Amino acid sequence: MKEYRTITQIAGPLVFVEKTEPVGYGELVNIILFDGSVKRGQVLDTSDDLVVVQVFETTAGIGRDSGVRFTGETIKMPVGREMLGRILSGGGKPIDGGPEIVPEKRLDITGAAINPYARASPNEFIQTGISTIDGTNTLVRGQKLPIFSGAGLPHNNVALQIARQAKVPGSTEEFAVVFAAMGITKEEANYFMQDFERTGALERAVVFLNLADDPAVERIITPRLALTTAEYLAFELGMHVLVILTDMTNYCEALRQIGAAREEVPGRRGYPGYMYTDLASIYERAGIIKGKKGSVTQIPILTMPGDDITHPIPDLTGYITEGQIVVNRDLHRKGIYPPINVLPSLSRLMNLGIGKEHTREDHKKVSDQMYAGYAEGNDLRGLVAIVGKDALSERDRTFLEFADLFENRFVRQGYDEDRSIVDTLDLGWDLLATLPVEQLVRIDRDLINKYHPKFRQAGKAQG
Amino acid sequence: MNEKTAKSGEKGVLKRIAGPVVTAVNINAHMYDVVKVGHEELMGEVIKIQGNNTIIQVYEDTSGIRPGEPVSNTGLSLAVELGPGLLTSIYDGIQRPLSVLVDKMGDFIERGVSAPGLDHAKKWEFKPLVKEGDRLGPGSIFGEVQETNIVHKIMVPPNMKGGIVKSIKSGSFTIEDIVCVLDNGDQLTMMQKWPVRVPRPSKEKVNPTIPLITGQRILDGLFPIAKGGTAAIPGPFGSGKTVTQQQLAKWSDAEIVVYIGCGERGNEMTEVLTEFPELEDPKTGKPLMERTVLIANTSNMPVAAREASVYTGITIAEYFRDMGYDVSLMADSTSRWAEAMREISSRLEEMPGEEGYPAYLAARLSEFYERAGLIKTLNGDSGSVSVIGAVSPPGGDFSEPVTQNTLRIVKVFWALDAKLSQRRHFPAINWLNSYSLYLDTLHDWYDKEVSPEWNLIRSWAMEILQKEAELQEIVQLVGSDALPEAEQITIEVARMIREIFLQQNAYDPVDTFCDMTKQYDMMKAIRAYSDLAYAAQAVGVTPTQIIAVKAKGEMPQIKFIKDYKPALEKIQKDMEAEFNALRSSA
Repeated sequence: MKEYRTITQIAGPLVFVEKTEPVGYGELVNIILFDGSVKRGQVLDTSDDLVVVQVFETTAGIGRDSGVRFTGETIKMPVGREMLGRILSGGGKPIDGGPEIVPEKRLDITGAAINPYARASPNEFIQTGISTIDGTNTLVRGQKLPIFSGAGLPHNNVALQIARQAKVPGSTEEFAVVFAAMGITKEEANYFMQDFERTGALERAVVFLNLADDPAVERIITPRLALTTAEYLAFELGMHVLVILTDMTNYCEALRQIGAAREEVPGRRGYPGYMYTDLASIYERAGIIKGKKGSVTQIPILTMPGDDITHPIPDLTGYITEGQIVVNRDLHRKGIYPPINVLPSLSRLMNLGIGKEHTREDHKKVSDQMYAGYAEGNDLRGLVAIVGKDALSERDRTFLEFADLFENRFVRQGYDEDRSIVDTLDLGWDLLATLPVEQLVRIDRDLINKYHPKFRQAGKAQG
Repeated sequence: MNEKTAKSGEKGVLKRIAGPVVTAVNINAHMYDVVKVGHEELMGEVIKIQGNNTIIQVYEDTSGIRPGEPVSNTGLSLAVELGPGLLTSIYDGIQRPLSVLVDKMGDFIERGVSAPGLDHAKKWEFKPLVKEGDRLGPGSIFGEVQETNIVHKIMVPPNMKGGIVKSIKSGSFTIEDIVCVLDNGDQLTMMQKWPVRVPRPSKEKVNPTIPLITGQRILDGLFPIAKGGTAAIPGPFGSGKTVTQQQLAKWSDAEIVVYIGCGERGNEMTEVLTEFPELEDPKTGKPLMERTVLIANTSNMPVAAREASVYTGITIAEYFRDMGYDVSLMADSTSRWAEAMREISSRLEEMPGEEGYPAYLAARLSEFYERAGLIKTLNGDSGSVSVIGAVSPPGGDFSEPVTQNTLRIVKVFWALDAKLSQRRHFPAINWLNSYSLYLDTLHDWYDKEVSPEWNLIRSWAMEILQKEAELQEIVQLVGSDALPEAEQITIEVARMIREIFLQQNAYDPVDTFCDMTKQYDMMKAIRAYSDLAYAAQAVGVTPTQIIAVKAKGEMPQIKFIKDYKPALEKIQKDMEAEFNALRSSA
C-alpha cells in the first residue's frame, strides 16, 4: 500500500492531502505518525488533486511529515457472537482487558437502508413495567423511541429501568442490549456499568464507551459501530436487540464541529443543513425484517439544551423517531419518579402494539381518556393560581383532583417497581372512576360497563 | 489541441466526489440529463454545467467511487414509465419498484441495480376502443385494460401527433407490444414515458366546484378542499400530520391515490403497506391498495432520489388525471423535499437564501403545487389532481421559509396544533387558524347535495367556536362561574362542537369515516340542543341544570354507531322531554 507524505493543510479534525492516486469517497484512511502510531480517518471529499480526510481522533501529532495510507475500502466493523459481554471503546477497540474480537464477519458501518418493502410492521408490545410508557406511550419491538431530557434529570435511571425490565410477555426469545455512550462522563459510564453488572445484564450486552475526554470526532462513528453490531445480532443471529444511545446531543455537537471545520454553510443554530439526513441514517436503523427472527429497538437519549424542545436536536429527532418520552423538570422537582410528562410524550407505533390481540381491548380508549383528563386538569391549575379553587365549578374540581391523582399514583412508581400492563390499565380505571361517568366521552359504553370499577364490581357481585 | 472540444462526447471521467454530488469532465451533457456514474453505473442527473465541468447529483450512495472512473450520458431526462402495472406498486424516488429491489438485492437497499418501473413481461388484456379509420389526436384514448378494479385507459402520448388508425389489435399483450399502428407509421404500445420535471399538457385549467369528500368532519364540514385544489398541513412533530395524510389517502373520494413518503419513516411506509391491502374502499368495497400508487423514499435513502420523488409522484398523478380520473396526491413531507434541495444546493456551494434554503425554493414549491388542478384533458374529458402537502416546520414555527412559501400558493390551510394533540384532541387541527378559500366556490354544491341549511349551520358553528375563544380569555381570568348565564351555555355548546363534532377517532372502525349526511345530522343535533338550551335559559332554567341534561351525555356515542339514526332520534326526543320538564318546573 502506497504511503503519501503530501499533507498540505491540517485544520481541526480535517487533513488535506495533495496529489494522490484516485481515492474512493468514504474510504478508511490510516495516518502514520513519526513515532509509528496510527490514527484513523475517512475521506470526505476526493478529487484529482486534493483529498480531504476527517480524522476520528485528535489531530495532535499529525504534521506535514506524517504518512497517509488509503486502505481502499470503507470503514468496516468486525462482528461476532463473542462480542456479547464485552466493553469496547467508541472506536470499537476492546478496553476491558480482554482479547481482540475474532470476527465472524466484517460489515460496512454506514449500513444500507432497509428496503421499506422488506420491513415487517412492528406490533409486538414490549412491557417496560413503567406505567407512563406501557399505558400511555407504549413501546413496540422495532420502534425507535427517544428519551428527551434535560441536564440533571434522571433519564439514565429511566433508560436503565427500561433495559432491565423490558420484556415481551409470554416470550422467551434471545435478547441483547447494545449500549453506546457518546461523550458522557466516566462517572455516568460507571453508573451504567455497575447497574449492568448488578443485574447480570452485562453478559447479554455489548458496550461502546466514548467518554467526555475521548476525541469528539470519534463520536461520529460510535453509534454506527453500535448499530452495525446490533443489526448483526438481530438479523444474522436472530436476537431481539435493544440499543441505547446516550447522549445524542454530544453526537450532534461533534457533527457541528466537523461542519464548521469544513466551512460549510450552517443551518439552524450552526448545525449542518444535512443533520436531518445524518440523524436519519442512525435512527432509521431500527425495525423488523420480514422472514427474519430478530429485531432492533432503539432508545436514544438526548438532553435538550435549556430544556427547549424546539432546539434543532430534539426537533429533528422528533421528526424522525416514532415518538418521544419527555422527562420533565417540574415533576422531578415535585419528587416524582419517573418524572415523565405524558402530555408532550408520544408513541407513534402504540396503536399497532395494543388492543385485544396484544394488551387489552380497552387500552387505547383508557389512554386517550386519561390524556384528556390530565390535560384538562393541568390547564385548570393555571386558573386556580389566579382565581382560587372555590371559583371552579364542580366538574372542574374533579378534573383538578384527577390531575394530582394521575401524577401521584399513575406516574409515580419505584425504581425497581415492575408493573404489569394489566395492573397499569386497572390503575388507570381506578383513577378514571374519580371522574363522573358521563365525562368519559372517549370510551364507549360497552367498555365502561366491562371495566369501570363501579360496574365491574356490580357485575362481580351479581355473578 | 483543445481538450474541451476534442474529447466532448457521450463518455467522460469523474473528477471529484463529495457525497451525493460529483463532478465529471469531458462529457457533453445537457441540464437534467440522466447519466451513469462510475464502474457500477450509479444513476445520476446533471444539475449544473460549468465550463468543462458537469455537476451531477447521484441517486445512490457514492462511497468508494474514485476520481477517474467513467461517466456516460444517456442523453435522456429523468422519466417515468406509465402504463398498466402502476397501481398497487410501491416505488422508490426514481420509480424503481421496491418489491423488485428486494428480489434483486435482498432486504437492504444496495446500489447499482436498475429496475424498470413497470413489469415488461406481464401480459395484459387489451380491449380496443377505436376501429380502423378512426382519427386519434394527442391524448386520445384508443383502448383499455382492466388493471385492478380500476380501468386503465390507454392513451396516445401527448407529445405524439396522432393520425388515422391503420390497424388495431385486441387480446393479451405486454406493454412493449405494438397494439395500434397509425397511418403516419407511428406505432403505439400500452406504455409511454414522460420526463418527470415537465408537467403533462392539458387543454385548459378550470376552476374547481366539487369538494373532495374525505370523511373527516373538520375537513369536509369546516375547511373543505375542492377536487383539483391544493392544501397544506403544517404542524410540529407529533401533531398528527402523517395520520391525517393517511386518513386522506384512505377515505378521500378520489378514484386514484398517489402517496409520496418523502424522507419519512420506514416503519410508517410499512404500516401503509400492510394496512392498505386490508382496508376497503367505502364506495367500491375493494381493497384500497387497488387504487393506490405508493412512493417511499425514506429519510435514510439517498437524498437526491428524495428530491426527485415528488416529481415522480405528480407525474404519475397527472397521467391518471389525463384518463379522466380524480386523483389525490399526498406528499409527506414537503419539508424533507425542501431539505433535500437545501442539501444539494449547499454541496453546489450556491449562495443560500433564507435559513440556508436555496433562493429558488419558492419557485420550485409553486411549480409543484401548480401542477394540481381540475382540467380539461387533451381528449376533452375532465380530470383532476388534488395536492395535499404536509409541512414539518422546525420547532413548529410557521414563520419558517417552507411553510411561508407554501401558504402563499395553497388555498386550504389545515393548521395542526401540538397543544391539541397533547390533550388527544384528534385530528389536532386548530379551528381558529385553519382556513379554506374554496368555501364560496363549493357553497352551491353543499346547498344542493347536503342541505340548503348546511352553509348556515356551518357559519353558526364557526361563530360559536370563535365566541368561545374570546370567552375563554375571560374564563382564564375570572373562572367560568363568573360568566353571564347565556355565555356559560355558549361555552358548553362550543365544548360539544369540539368534543362531538371535531374530534374524530381514526382508529375506531366506524368513526374513522363519517359521510356528509351523518356530519349534518350530528351538527343539527348539537344545534338543537343549543336552541333548546337558550330557550330554557330565557325562562329561568339555570345553566347548571341545562348542562346536566342527561340525554346530551349520550350524544358522543353516536360517533361509534354505524346505524346511528334511531339512537340519535331517541336522544333528541329525550332531550326535548328533559327540557320540557325543566321549563315547566322553572
